[in-house]
Amino acid sequence: MKRHQRNYILGGAPLACFLGAALIGRFWTPFNPMRIDLRSKLQPPGAAHWLGTDEFGRDLLSRLMAAAGTSVSISLTTVFFALLAGLTLGVIAGYARGWTDRVVMSLNDALLAFPSMLLALALLSITGANMYGIILALGMAYTPSMVRVVRGSVLSLREREFIDASRIMGNSAAYTMLRHILPNCLGPVIVLATSMFGSVLLTESALSFLGLGVPPPAPTWGNMLASARPHIAEAMWLGIFPGLCISLSLLGINLFGDAIRDRFDPRMRGL
Amino acid sequence: MLKFAFTRLLSAIPTLFIVSVAVFGLIRLIPGDPASLMLGDLADADALAAARKAMGLDRPVPVQFAIWLGDVVQGDLGRSVLNGQPVLDLVLHRFATSAQMVLIAVGLSVLVAVPLGMAAAWRQNGGLDLAIVSMSTLLLSVPTFWLGLMILLVFGLKLGWLPVLGYVSIADNPVAGLIYLVMPVLTLVLHEVGIIVRMARASTLDVLRLDYITHARAKGMSESAVLLHHAARNAFGPTWTLIGLILGNLLGGVAVVETVFTIPGLGRLIVDSIYARDYVVVQGCLLFVALTYLLVNLVVDLLYPLFDPRVTAE
Repeated sequence: MKRHQRNYILGGAPLACFLGAALIGRFWTPFNPMRIDLRSKLQPPGAAHWLGTDEFGRDLLSRLMAAAGTSVSISLTTVFFALLAGLTLGVIAGYARGWTDRVVMSLNDALLAFPSMLLALALLSITGANMYGIILALGMAYTPSMVRVVRGSVLSLREREFIDASRIMGNSAAYTMLRHILPNCLGPVIVLATSMFGSVLLTESALSFLGLGVPPPAPTWGNMLASARPHIAEAMWLGIFPGLCISLSLLGINLFGDAIRDRFDPRMRGL
Repeated sequence: MLKFAFTRLLSAIPTLFIVSVAVFGLIRLIPGDPASLMLGDLADADALAAARKAMGLDRPVPVQFAIWLGDVVQGDLGRSVLNGQPVLDLVLHRFATSAQMVLIAVGLSVLVAVPLGMAAAWRQNGGLDLAIVSMSTLLLSVPTFWLGLMILLVFGLKLGWLPVLGYVSIADNPVAGLIYLVMPVLTLVLHEVGIIVRMARASTLDVLRLDYITHARAKGMSESAVLLHHAARNAFGPTWTLIGLILGNLLGGVAVVETVFTIPGLGRLIVDSIYARDYVVVQGCLLFVALTYLLVNLVVDLLYPLFDPRVTAE
């Protein structure tokens, strides 16, 4: 079996579990993830509560499933935001060149001068820590790298003969960009979007962990870990399972991302 | 070499300017008036008007920017709304705490990861390679805040080898300071090793395919000599750039690791200031971190020709 085929399977399995749990968690969870039951607080994993309960007696498995849904929606929307904004700005800057290019890229480079986690933190202080604020802040923090990649491939594409041909045929710039440039720069964009999905998931969890993500009592893996911290000595499972969920999902996304990269970028094959 | 350094320095100036505009603009975008943010919600109208005048808020925005930039250039980042401390002192103090942890961690990571990456490339597709690559992918996927919690759980709480809470500065007590740094540094090292190994491996593989390596082998040089004298130096270039990026990223404060191990570093300062709506400190921190990031990458680029003299020729 080739390496990237193996990675598709190895990465696809945890990724499918993660997406499946998120999807099921939207419709059904074993218990109500928000229901407080102080009589059964801090119960270890057992027959009634498979993964135990937290300090308020809420079922851990139900909360993990609900949190998966939140993480997937935030990460997917954020990546979609970055994709849309990055493709638009990148294609326009790369195709138009000249002043448009210079203005877009210098703003872009200034944003790239901040570490993306920090940029997200800064933007969060403007947008506020709620679901939409987080998506907006993360989307804006991740757009610059997308713009760079798109512009890079557009710059090399626009010198190719088929673009000249499209122009000579009398097609408008907008039509040429949409019909000929856009589809041809999707390869690197898909590779970047996959790894971005993992990175957004990680940043979102980190923000939640810091208390700047989706506010409690709504569960996210990050805020579950943060609230587990004071109880970790007596209730290890509270600290172990949410982290395991994040790690396995990220592992799945990373392996899957490697497989996609191998496929779209033959130079990297076997590396 | 000098020409290279000069052009690289020049290219940093526009970025610096735009970064300062972005940081200045940020605080204007926050809903609400900076003067009322500064004084709190309970201030009366006269005090607000006085503060607005003192802060120059009654002047046009470009003038405000010029005044602010002038202050910044002179090292005045304003004062904290919470406790009136000068922001620059606060930032520098916290930065020193974060920096000692980060520098030790990145140094150790490089020492571990670069040889591992090269070894993996040398034995490409063999058992050793598979083991090293799997390990690095695994490490890459574990978030630092969970890794930190697990290390805390095992070494701090279960085994009781290391202190769980509190922090002692190395400057105050070198031995205790180092003991407090063991767990956070270990956390950071494990994570960064995962990233650096992949880069070191990929760039070594690129170099090992080149003709001069085949030539060196054909001359009958030993494998260790080929790797150490011919491959290592050329393969280190891209890794060096990555190290710069990582260092710049981490020096901005490792808020999550600092939170796990209750270390009063720069990252924690930023998060706490966002909580407390102390935007003068947030602004100061952002500017400082962006400058550090630019500076680290500048230094990395300037040192790059030491590993790869071809760069200056371009």
